[in-house]
Amino acid sequence: MIEFTLDGRSGVSPYLQVVQQVRQALRLGLLTKGDQLPTVKDVVSRLAINPNTVLKAYRELERDGLIAARPGIGTFVTRTLTDDSFAAHAPLRKDLDRWLTKARRAGLDDESIEALFMSTFRSAQEGVA
Amino acid sequence: MTAVLEARGLGKRYRRRWALQDCTLEIPAGHVTGLVGPNGAGKTTLLSLAVGLLAPTAGTIEVCGGVPAGGAEQLAKVGFVAQDTPTYANLSIEDHLRLGAHLNPRWDRSIAQTRIERLGLDPTQRAGKLSGGQRAQLALTLGLAKRPELLILDEPVASLDPLARREFLQVLMEAVAEHDVSVLLSSHVVSDLERVCDHLVVLVDSEVRVEGEVESLLATHHRLTGPRRETDSLPADQHLVSASHTDRQSTLVVRTEAPILDPAWTVTRLGLEDLVLAYMEVPSADTRRNGDARKPALEVLR
Repeated sequence: MIEFTLDGRSGVSPYLQVVQQVRQALRLGLLTKGDQLPTVKDVVSRLAINPNTVLKAYRELERDGLIAARPGIGTFVTRTLTDDSFAAHAPLRKDLDRWLTKARRAGLDDESIEALFMSTFRSAQEGVA
Repeated sequence: MTAVLEARGLGKRYRRRWALQDCTLEIPAGHVTGLVGPNGAGKTTLLSLAVGLLAPTAGTIEVCGGVPAGGAEQLAKVGFVAQDTPTYANLSIEDHLRLGAHLNPRWDRSIAQTRIERLGLDPTQRAGKLSGGQRAQLALTLGLAKRPELLILDEPVASLDPLARREFLQVLMEAVAEHDVSVLLSSHVVSDLERVCDHLVVLVDSEVRVEGEVESLLATHHRLTGPRRETDSLPADQHLVSASHTDRQSTLVVRTEAPILDPAWTVTRLGLEDLVLAYMEVPSADTRRNGDARKPALEVLR
């Protein structure tokens, strides 16, 4: 079972934060097929958020075929996101580590590293689109 | 879509001052609706009209399909937790529950008892001895055990500390998830409402400034920052909400369904708090000229 958290300052809507946290857990293998998600009532009473927010998040995940609700029992994971690419995570992480060390050695601070990464990421995305 | 509250041209005047004016509003069922506005905007007046503690000077209001306080059946449909969550200081918690059971035809004894147990309160304790947070929880328990269709709360968390505030909202949201109850709550603190409300009404100077589903409000409002310019030159589909200028820069808040294409603007999303604040600002001459901005077309999706 995973627990959701909300970042009020992120500017990301609460429903999207729930969706992202489930997808993230699926991608990292924290959640796998057959695992149960917290009930709407549990999430709501823990985070003090609107039930419709959780329902909307779960509906979207269900539409994407990642989870399924079994009435009266709960909501379960039906598919993982740790596909073939999961195996590539470790070497990619190593590459990133190496790159980070290089960036630090070149004198970049955390903020510059993040800015450089995000701007490269964005322009790469535009290139794809 | 059914409405739990419908107001048409609703107004309330005290002597010569209008506390609420020309309020036309439809609040959909199945939502948690936040009523926000500065102190003195007319929030309490609107809520008092909705529960029938006040009678309108102008216009009409219907709540759960009936006239507020128009008979026993109507009273059973609407729960009300007034400002500062009042209870009877000399009565014990038990007495409060007994009173609730006698006065409410749909009283749910098990909800009331479970709540008090979970709060860890001693039923024989007098309400006057409770902390602010506990008293608020008692008032909420009474409101929920009544099993209303609509629960109205006036500034329920304003006087509570952050922990008590969170606990109060947790219980409230759990009740919304569990029972089919619509909620209308007022606050002058937007951050309290951000997590719990999916529908919002902004009331300023006794008028409804903007109203709609939180998600769609957030998706259609943008902050534009760029070199100084006159606001007359905005495209027709962008409604100006607020504007401020320095000698070099203009910062605008606009509402639009369409994407913002002008490359001179840096566009950022607005949080709920900034959105509400933009509507609370006294409208400048600029925005008054752009007549639409003061009262954008009301819209409710879903």
